[in-house]
Amino acid sequence: MADDRQKDDITGVETTGHEWDGIRELNNPLPRWWLYILYASCAFALLYWVLYPSWPGVSDHSKGVLGWTRHATLDAEITAAKAKQSAYVEKIAALPMAEVANDPELLTFANAGGRSAFGLNCAQCHGSGAAGGKGYPNLNDDDWVWGGTLDAIEATIRYGIRSAHPETRQNDMPAFGVDEILTAEQINDVAEHVLALSQSATDPAAAERGAPLFAEQCAACHGERGEGNTELGAPKLSDALWLYGGDKADVVASIAAARRGVMPAWIGRLDDATIKQLALYIHSLGGGE
Amino acid sequence: MISASQAATTTPERYNDAVVRAHVIATVFWGLAGFIAGLYLALELAFPALNADLPFLSFGRLRPLHTSAVVFAFGGNALLATSFHVVQRTCRARLFGGPLVWFVFLGYQLFICGAASGYLLGITEGKEYAEPEWFMDAWLTLVWVVYLLVFLGTLMKRKEPHIYVANWFFLAFIVTVAMLHIVNAMSWPVSFTSTKSYSMFAGVQDALTQWWYGHNAVGFFLTAGFLGMMYYFIPKQAGRPIYSYRLSIIHFWALIFLYIWAGPHHLHYTALPDWAQTLGMTFSVMLWMPSWGGMINGIMTLSGAWDKLRTDPVLRMMVTSVAFYGMSTFEGPLMSIKAVNALSHYTDWTVGHVHSGALGWVAFVSFGAMYHLVPKLWGRERLYSLKLVNLHFWIATIGIVLYITAMWVSGIMQGLMWRAYDSLGFLQYSFVETVEAMHPFYLIRALGGLLFVIGAVIMTYNLWRTARGDVRGSEPIAAPARLAPSPA
Repeated sequence: MADDRQKDDITGVETTGHEWDGIRELNNPLPRWWLYILYASCAFALLYWVLYPSWPGVSDHSKGVLGWTRHATLDAEITAAKAKQSAYVEKIAALPMAEVANDPELLTFANAGGRSAFGLNCAQCHGSGAAGGKGYPNLNDDDWVWGGTLDAIEATIRYGIRSAHPETRQNDMPAFGVDEILTAEQINDVAEHVLALSQSATDPAAAERGAPLFAEQCAACHGERGEGNTELGAPKLSDALWLYGGDKADVVASIAAARRGVMPAWIGRLDDATIKQLALYIHSLGGGE
Repeated sequence: MISASQAATTTPERYNDAVVRAHVIATVFWGLAGFIAGLYLALELAFPALNADLPFLSFGRLRPLHTSAVVFAFGGNALLATSFHVVQRTCRARLFGGPLVWFVFLGYQLFICGAASGYLLGITEGKEYAEPEWFMDAWLTLVWVVYLLVFLGTLMKRKEPHIYVANWFFLAFIVTVAMLHIVNAMSWPVSFTSTKSYSMFAGVQDALTQWWYGHNAVGFFLTAGFLGMMYYFIPKQAGRPIYSYRLSIIHFWALIFLYIWAGPHHLHYTALPDWAQTLGMTFSVMLWMPSWGGMINGIMTLSGAWDKLRTDPVLRMMVTSVAFYGMSTFEGPLMSIKAVNALSHYTDWTVGHVHSGALGWVAFVSFGAMYHLVPKLWGRERLYSLKLVNLHFWIATIGIVLYITAMWVSGIMQGLMWRAYDSLGFLQYSFVETVEAMHPFYLIRALGGLLFVIGAVIMTYNLWRTARGDVRGSEPIAAPARLAPSPA
C-alpha cells in the first residue's frame, strides 16, 4: 500500500500513513516520563530479586542476599511479642487466681488479656459485650447457672458444659413432655407455678395446682422456692432473668423438651494463663461472687 | 477502482450487524441483571436478614451470580458485540463463519444461563470467577474456540494491509482467555451423569493455578479486551487520530508479557513459597507503566479535541472510564506490594479496587460503546437524548465515587482494626467489632450501587427509544436533529 503519511493539522505531528474505518495514528514518540518510570520499576524488580528469594532453579530457588524468609520474620515477631508478656503470663500461670486478683498490676494485665481472648473466642455466642442472648447466658448479671466464683467460672471455661471432655459440667433435666412424664395439662400447671415464683403467673388457679407437681418433680434440683442450685447447674427460677425466655410459651417449652445447652471445653485450645485471664475478666464484669 | 471499493465498504449488507445488535441487547439485559444482583448483595451485607433464610438468596450463592453476570455476561457480551463490530469495520470484511457467528451468540447465552442457574442451586466448583461445573466449562470451551475461529477467519480475509491495534488486543484477549479457562477448569467429573467434579490440582498448586487464572481474567478479559474497545471507540467518537502508534506497540507487548506473571500477588503470606510471591509482586510493579500506556493513548487522543468533553457526554463517559482505568491500574501495583497487601488483603479495600475498575473502567467504556453503537446499528442519526446520557454520566459517577471511597475507608479501617494491639500486647478488637464498624460504609456502598443501577436504567430507556427511532424533541443540540416520527 502506498505510504499515505499526513501531517495532523491540529498537533502538527505526522501520522503513520495507515487508516482503518477513518481512524489514523499519530507517530508520537514514547513519553519520556513513561519510559523512565518503566525503567525504574524494572530496576526496582531487579534489585528486589537480588535482595529477596526469587527465581527458581532446577532444585532450589535463589535465596536473596538478605537471607530473608517470611517464616523467620514471623518467628522473630512472635518471640518478641511473647517475651514482652512473659513476666506477667508466667506469674498468672503460677499463682492462684485470688492472689492475681489482689495484685492490681497483674489484674490489669489479666483483664486486658481476658477481654481480648473473650472477643476472639467467646463473643460469637455471648456477644461482644457479654450480654448473651436466648440460650447464651448474660455474663454481666449475678445469675450463675454453674456458679460465679472465680474457681467455678474457670472450671466452666476449662471443661465446658456437656462438652466432649470427661470432666465436663453436665446435668440432665428430663424432657417432661417428650418423655411423657407429665401430661400437657400438668406441664401447663407447673409452668404457671414456675412463673408464680417470680410473681408473673397468668393463672393463679393453675399455679396452685402446679405446686405439688413442682415439689415432686422440680424442687430436688431447682429448690423448693426455685432458688436454683449452682452445684447441680440448676438455674434460679425465682427472679426475672431467663436463659431461654420467660414467656409462658418459653417456660412450657423448657419443661416439655428440656434445653441442654452446650459450651465447648477450652482446655487444650487455650493455655492455662489465658483461661485464668478469661475467668478473672468475666468475674470482673459485674456479677462475680 | 478505488471509488468502487470505497462504495462497497459503505454498503451495510457487507457487514453482519444483526449479531452485533443481538449482543448489544444481551449486554444491556445482563448488565441490568448483574447490577441489580450486586445492589441486593450490598444490602444483604448491611442487613443480613434479606437472605430470608433461603439457600438460593444466601450471599454465598448470589455472589458468584453477581460477579459472573457483570464480568462474563455483561462484560462478555459487550466484548463480543464490540469485537464483532470493530473487526468487521477495521478489516473491511464481513464476519467469517456464517451461521457459526450465531452459534457463538446463542452458545454464550446458554453458558450464562446454565452457569447462573447452577450457582443458585449450589452446583459449583467453588473457584472464584471460575465457578461453573465441568459440563458448562466444556460447553464454554467449544463456544470460545468457535469465537476464536470467527475472529481469526475475519482477520485473515481482511482487505486492509495492517491489523488495527484494537484487534491485537481483542485477539490477545480471546487466545489467552481460552488458555486460562482450559487449564484452570481441568477437573475430573465424579461420573458423566454427575454435576460434581474435582479439580486436577490440589493444595497450593490449585491455589496458584486459580489465581494465575483469576488475575489474568482481570488482565485479559477486563483489561486487554476493553482496551481493544477503547482503541476503536475513543478515536471514532473524538474524531481524532490515536496519539502514538509506537506507544501502542510497546505497551501492548509489555502488557501481555508482564500480566501473565502477576497472579501470585493474590496469595501473599499464604502457603505459596516466598520466591513465587516475590515474582508475583515485582511483575505487578513492572506492569504499572504498560497499563498506563493505554491510558495515555486514550486520553491524549483527545489532544486537539478537549472542547468536545464539554459538549459530548458519550465521549466524556469514555474518557472518564480511561481515567478510572489509570487510577485502578496504579492502585493494583500498589496493593501488590507485600507491605501494602498485608494491610489490604481480605478487606473491603480489595472490593473497592475491583469496583473502581469494574464500574469506572469496564462498565463506563462499555456504556460509551453502546451509546456509540446503537444509533449506528439501528440506522438512526443520533441518540434519543444526549441530556439523558449526561444524567446517566453524573448519577453513575457519583455512585462510583461513593462506592469506592466508602470501601477505601471501610477496608483500611478494617485492616487497621485487625492488626491493632493494646499497650499490653493484646489484640484490640474482636472480629465482630470490625463488622459493626463497617456497617455505615456498607450503607454508603449500597447507596452508590443504587445510583449506578438508576444510571443503567436511564441508559436502557435512552437506548430503547434510540433503537425505535425517537428523538427527544425539546433538546437543543449542535448536531442536526433528525426529523423522526414523534413519540406516541
